[in-house]
Parts: sequence; C-alpha cells; structure tokens
Amino acid sequence: MTTTHSAPSATDGAEQQLQEQFDASIAKDQRIEPRDWMPDGYRKTLIRQIAQHAHSEIIGMQPEGEWITRAPSLRRKAILFAKVQDEAGHGLYLYSAAETLGADRADLTERLIEGRQKYSSIFNYPTPSFADVGVIGWFVDGAAICNQVPLCRSSYGPYARSMVRICKEESFHQRQGYELLLTMMRGTEAQRAMVQDAVDRWWWPSLMMFGPPDGDSPNSAASMAWKIKRHTNDELRQRFVDMTVPQAAKLGVTLPDPELRWNDERGRHDFGTPDWSELQRVIKGDGPCNAERITRRRTAHEEGAWVREAASAHAAKTAARIPDAPQTQEGTAA
Amino acid sequence: MSNTDDSKAGWPLYEVFVRGKRGLNHVHVGSLHAADDRMALTHARDLYTRRNEGVSIWVVPSVHIAASTRDEKDPFFAPSADKVYRHPTFYDIPEDVPHI
Repeated sequence: MTTTHSAPSATDGAEQQLQEQFDASIAKDQRIEPRDWMPDGYRKTLIRQIAQHAHSEIIGMQPEGEWITRAPSLRRKAILFAKVQDEAGHGLYLYSAAETLGADRADLTERLIEGRQKYSSIFNYPTPSFADVGVIGWFVDGAAICNQVPLCRSSYGPYARSMVRICKEESFHQRQGYELLLTMMRGTEAQRAMVQDAVDRWWWPSLMMFGPPDGDSPNSAASMAWKIKRHTNDELRQRFVDMTVPQAAKLGVTLPDPELRWNDERGRHDFGTPDWSELQRVIKGDGPCNAERITRRRTAHEEGAWVREAASAHAAKTAARIPDAPQTQEGTAA
Repeated sequence: MSNTDDSKAGWPLYEVFVRGKRGLNHVHVGSLHAADDRMALTHARDLYTRRNEGVSIWVVPSVHIAASTRDEKDPFFAPSADKVYRHPTFYDIPEDVPHI
C-alpha cells in the first residue's frame, strides 16, 4: 500500500478540508475515484473487501473446475469452461480495482496463499456430484448476485464498475445452474436424489455467504456509512431466501429448513438460523477443503513461476533488440 | 489507473481501452499485467471482450499516462468555468425565430 499516513487532527486545516470534501461527495452519492483524497480507513476497508472478493473468485474456480474433465456432455463441458473462465475474469477485474487503491498484485497473491487474507467460506465445501455444479450456479451465484447488485452503486468508482460487469456475467452462471438442475430433475430417480442431496448440503453454507448476523458484523457499520455496502448482511440474506423459495418449488426440491415458512404479516419468509459456529470454523481454516484449496492455488502459482520469468526474459530481450520500436503491427492508435 | 509501477512479479501494469463497436470511441475498461504489448493485447482480449464487447483494443503501460491533478476543484479546469458565452443557452433569441 502506498497511502500516506498523516495524523488527522482538528488543527490540520488542509486535512480537515479534504475530509469535508470527501464526506460531501459521499453524502451527495457521488463516486470516489482513484486519485481523490480518501480517509485511510476507507482505503484499507476497500482494499480488504475487494481483495477478499477477488480471492473468492479465484479460489471459486476450483470446486467446479474439478468437473470440467468429467462433464457429462460436450455442451456441459463448454458451459462449465466458460463459467470457470468468467470466475478468473471476475478475479482479475477486482484485482485491477484493488490496484487503483495502491495495492500490489503480487502482494495480494502472497497474502492469499499465505492465508493472511480471506476468501468466501463457501468455496471450502466439496463438490462430490455433478449436481453440485448446478446447485453452485443456482445458490452460490444467486447469493453472489444478491450481494453484488447493490455493490454496483458502491461509493468507490472502480469497484462499482467492476460489479456492473460481473453482475451481467453472473446471470449466465445462475441460469446455467438452474437449467442443469431442471434437466436432472427430468431424469431418473437417482438423478433427482442427487439434486436433493446437493441442495441439502449447500443450502446452509449458502446462507452463511452473507456473513455473520448484523449484531455480530464488526465492519458493517463503517462500510454502510461510507456507502461501500448498501444493505446489511441480514437484509441480503432475507432477499436471497425470498428469491429462492419459489425457484425451489418450481424445481421440485425441498429446502432443508423445518422453520422455513411464509410470514403474511412481514410479507417475507421466516427461516431458521444457520450454524454460526460452523461459519466461524470454516473462516478460521477448519472447513472441509480449506487446506486443499490454498495448496492448489499455491502450487499453481509456484509451478507457473517459470512461465512468468520466461515471458519477462522474452520481453526484455525483444526490447533490447529493437530499441524504441513498436512491438506490434497494429499501427497508430488513432 | 494506479500508481503501481513494476510489481514484484515483474510484469508492468497496462491500461486497457476498448472500442465497443464501429463509430464509438475507445473507452477505458480497466487494467491488467502483461510482460509486453502483445501479451497485454491478448490478455485484454481474453479479459475484457469475452462476449463481443469490442472490435478494437488499445493497451498502454500505465506509467505512460499523464493525468491532471486529483483535486476536484483543480484550477487546471478554471479556464472553462467562467466562459458561459461558449454555451448556446447564453444567447437570448426571440421565441418566434425558427430553426435556431
């Protein structure tokens, strides 16, 4: 990070004026852009949130990626390829946004593979059946859409713009998942059982994706005040439940929550409480696949080192051979 | 855009501009790391135009971008603020004059 640390104090007139300008921009719902002055806390919170989000996309390639070679048809294989490639793309849009805040790409990767920065707990669950691919698209990408649509109006410009792009692509992810499940539900009894089993395993972890309950979410208040976040964890979780219940009915599966029912007074669904101790365990590294995910990411990074070095060496050699010559034949920009 | 120069990985940061379709300007869409210009173009294609978002791409090393200062009330833009006569609405024209 390259932030300058100047102690905020009332006597520091310039600093105070900058703070007032920043506060006024936030109050007027204007976007903050990379070169604007911003409080250190705002910058740090954003880097943490965007980096975690980017890491989640990158690690998120793994659970479904395992099914690429085993997809049941060429059509499903091509779709899955495209989806996993999108996840990589989402990670890169987000790393790009984090870098506008002064974060360093190589440093972010280090933080991920050393376990110093987190990613979404959901990707630490295994994918033992092909129905998991469908349920991930339906639940996990559906939950991601609930989370991310409001982030398109996040106060930080580059983050909001990444989100617009990502949300457009998530819609494909959710629909391909649901369509996959519809197809399986029209299949054999065994296939329907696979779908129900995957739903049973992913429902509660999906609800946990929205984070701890509001009373227990230490960073939420500041993020809301800065308009980085627009809705609380509990509000987003409720939206996800309300959105998903009719989809489950249409699909013909049961959501594994005996307390789930429509509440006429509230005009929303009541639902049970996720096992928050499980969320804490998984976040702290003790989920079913935490070690596997990080090891795989580390291995890919380390085993790819020679490629990065070779490309750098080639670039240096080419640059030395033809000094100042353009490296491509595309001609002038205009 | 970022103030990051070569990172530890050694690949410089590039800014990416995409022309959505013929007749439109290139627009800044984001950034990426690449070893050289050609790789930057290929990566930009894979990253920013997976769904027909572009017909032409520019990439430029971020360090080559010169920018005005960050201040929103930058005096750099002051010359344009006080010349209202540059706008058509500055001129009063009677209602009954057609096509103007």
